[in-house]
Amino acid sequence: MPTTYEPIATTTLGSAQSSVTFSGIAGTYTDLVLVAQVKYTANPSYAGIRFNSDSGTNYSNTQIRGNGSSASSGRNTNAGQITGGSYTTGFTLDIFNIMNYSNSTTYKTVLRRGNQSDDVAATVGLWRNTNAITSVSYIIDTGNLDTGSTFTLYGIKAA
Amino acid sequence: MATTYEAIATVTVGSGGAANIEFTSIPATYTDLLVKISARLTGSNEAILINFNNSSTNLSSKRLYGTGSATGSSNYGSTVYVGNATGTGDTASTFCNNEFYVPNYASSNNKSVSSDGVTENNGTTAYAILDAGLWSNSAAITSIKLIPNANNFAQYSTATLYGIKNS
Repeated sequence: MPTTYEPIATTTLGSAQSSVTFSGIAGTYTDLVLVAQVKYTANPSYAGIRFNSDSGTNYSNTQIRGNGSSASSGRNTNAGQITGGSYTTGFTLDIFNIMNYSNSTTYKTVLRRGNQSDDVAATVGLWRNTNAITSVSYIIDTGNLDTGSTFTLYGIKAA
Repeated sequence: MATTYEAIATVTVGSGGAANIEFTSIPATYTDLLVKISARLTGSNEAILINFNNSSTNLSSKRLYGTGSATGSSNYGSTVYVGNATGTGDTASTFCNNEFYVPNYASSNNKSVSSDGVTENNGTTAYAILDAGLWSNSAAITSIKLIPNANNFAQYSTATLYGIKNS
């Protein structure tokens, strides 16, 4: 049986830093999965992922979330990133599924599941760019990604 | 390239039903764990809760759900739920389709759980459920027990534990 779910790269932060980037991603897979167990040192205005170092407002997100007492949904257009977690005292578990990342004809779509002590969320995201994704960055605008945060990028191959 | 997504064990419930499904002696040789569940109960549709290492303390979770006609969110201060299982009130022969992911299960950090589940049964009510769970414990996870909130797992219910390596 061929291997279809392969680790591409992983990192565990030995010190706090503002971003983590996986670069040089080969186009040999069909989809990507980024598993981030991440802690923030401060309350950011935003955190999440960007592709190919694009910090422009070329992303959009629609989200449904529950805080333990009510459900809500919201969206933001012309955003600067695919939405990640919000500030919490513990770790946030973010799992991003990035579909058909290596084609050069379509905009790129993302499904995210966010889990933290005060929030459970699902997000659909869009990067309005037809370029193949060759790098993925997890970024935060205020404070840092804290020591002990782990990030692993997997590649998934279609048969 | 090493195989990174491996089936560790599968449990299939027999004709007598089962009060729980348990995976024991989980090795620490993986990075993350993933469990996929196809289950039905001998009574009504109920939530499935999990225990790690037979510990029933320091568990908490948040739930976001839709029923087909309403949405809501719930907070659980002493339980980690991983979706619901279909029951006798649901269409016959339909089983839930749930999965939950546990990263860094052998680390000394608290353990996070991300769960997605559905109980679609072509009936009036079906649940789509997202659960975020936390076990505030530094011990490596060596066993996982799935327990219906009420009733038993019915025959043909299955759960498979996968190990995922990051290198």
